[in-house]
Amino acid sequence: MNRLAIELPGLSLKNPIIPASGCFGFGKEYAQLYDLSQLGAIMIKATTPETRLGNPTPRVAETPAGMLNAIGLQNPGLKKVMENELTWLEQYEVPIIANVAGYTTEDYVTVAEAISKAPNVHALELNISCPNVKQGGITFGTDPFVAEELTRAVKAVSSVPVYMKLSPNVTDIVEIAKAVEAGGADGITMINTLLGMRLDTKTGRPVIANVTGGLSGPAIKPVALRMVYDVAKHVSIPIIGMGGISTIDDVIDFLSAGASAVAVGTANFVDPFICPTLIEQLPQKLDELGFETVADLVGRSHRL
Amino acid sequence: MIRQQQMQVVQQKVIATNIFELTLTGQLVLDMKQPGQFVHLRVSDQMEPLLRRPISISSIDEATLEFTMIYRADGRGTTLLSEKKPGDQVDVLGPLGNGFPDDKIEAGQKALLVGGGIGVPPLYELSKRLVEKGVQPIHVLGFQSEDVVFYEKQFQELGDTHIVTADGSYGSTGFVTNVLEMLDDDFEVYYSCGPTLMLAALEKMYPEKQGYLSFEQRMGCGIGACFACVCDTTEKIDADYVKVCSDGPVFPSGVVRV
Repeated sequence: MNRLAIELPGLSLKNPIIPASGCFGFGKEYAQLYDLSQLGAIMIKATTPETRLGNPTPRVAETPAGMLNAIGLQNPGLKKVMENELTWLEQYEVPIIANVAGYTTEDYVTVAEAISKAPNVHALELNISCPNVKQGGITFGTDPFVAEELTRAVKAVSSVPVYMKLSPNVTDIVEIAKAVEAGGADGITMINTLLGMRLDTKTGRPVIANVTGGLSGPAIKPVALRMVYDVAKHVSIPIIGMGGISTIDDVIDFLSAGASAVAVGTANFVDPFICPTLIEQLPQKLDELGFETVADLVGRSHRL
Repeated sequence: MIRQQQMQVVQQKVIATNIFELTLTGQLVLDMKQPGQFVHLRVSDQMEPLLRRPISISSIDEATLEFTMIYRADGRGTTLLSEKKPGDQVDVLGPLGNGFPDDKIEAGQKALLVGGGIGVPPLYELSKRLVEKGVQPIHVLGFQSEDVVFYEKQFQELGDTHIVTADGSYGSTGFVTNVLEMLDDDFEVYYSCGPTLMLAALEKMYPEKQGYLSFEQRMGCGIGACFACVCDTTEKIDADYVKVCSDGPVFPSGVVRV
């Protein structure tokens, strides 16, 4: 028996460690460093119907124990992602979670319908929470009614289970989580980045060309953990947790709070081998804590 | 091949105001094949500062398994780096990116190497390799002021070296372009690293010449995954953008829109 295995809608994960969307491209760069088949799954970079060139630079800025980014969903567009990136990823024994982005319901529907037919795409992650595009995205993630309707529209066309990626930039994230569950979502991934900014103290000018950016990294872990904990209490669909995970203890915390698997984002930039390292460390950590399987650990904070 | 390795500090020296020369040793040096590549360093094993720092390689010595970087300590990360002492370990990811091609020029020909400030370092390894090949380098190196001039003697040992400072406190006064206007343009290839405005001026000055320019951008991952360091391109290549970290940092002249 594989004690790290986790079963989720559409996803038979050999372990719960997944590189997060936007921090791992389409896998090619990290494939130079290690075998991608080791990973639980891969959340590929957000895909939109057409090519997007993204925001002006500078697009990133470091902050205390974190970073801001405003990449602006740069990606080659649906056709090229399917023809080049997903086909290339087929050589690895790893399920792909395709991150779907857009400006309108039609954008999401178009991408979801097509990309969900790729043989290695086992689930979709609907990016209704990117804080770095001028319209769309975030609007879908901040209004429960709109989020529910979008979930329903995408569920109607997707050939694989649909996970909705929630934004932390809302007053009540539980409300949004309940809305997407009502809309038929198979799962939730959370959280996306927190909207923030950094100024050049000398000039007073924003450091990022987009003025604001999404905050990620260890700095946001307490916020993410609290949100996963709250949402887990109120919905019955599974959660893939993320937000500042960079150590094995962070992984344990998110699982304990109610996430069934976790995604690792910014930590890949600090240590490009972080995902295989966490996978390697997980069994020993389970032993230390006295748990036989990862599944046994999920949601334990709610059972105390 | 890109590797991650704990490398040991051999030497750390101040060579000008806030300018440091740091030599590290380790097997990773054997993978450093081209001048102009860079390494991505962790300066702390804590979460603060979080991200790696991209620093260009200024000199490679396969025999001793040592490589050298020259950097300016002007932020939190580089200041922490400047506090490393012989024997300390530094987490190095590298070598990264594509450097200066030295196969575009033959023995007996002249090469023009133009550096601006903290863009000067990668030209040093390039110049050494060109000289080994029998190429005659001409160096034009621009700095802000006398106190931040470095490596004049090292470059002089390799070929003609012209120093220019913006405030006129050392060498000629003005910008590298002021010196270039007075030099013959009988070189085959030009190579440059420095501020984008300087690179743009060189492209304008030598539209007919073959040039290789090293660009700088804020980076995240350093290996091409995060799309932080993209630049617009010109019609000269069939790509909408390039990534400085993995497609560059060195590009043929005319490729990056400046």
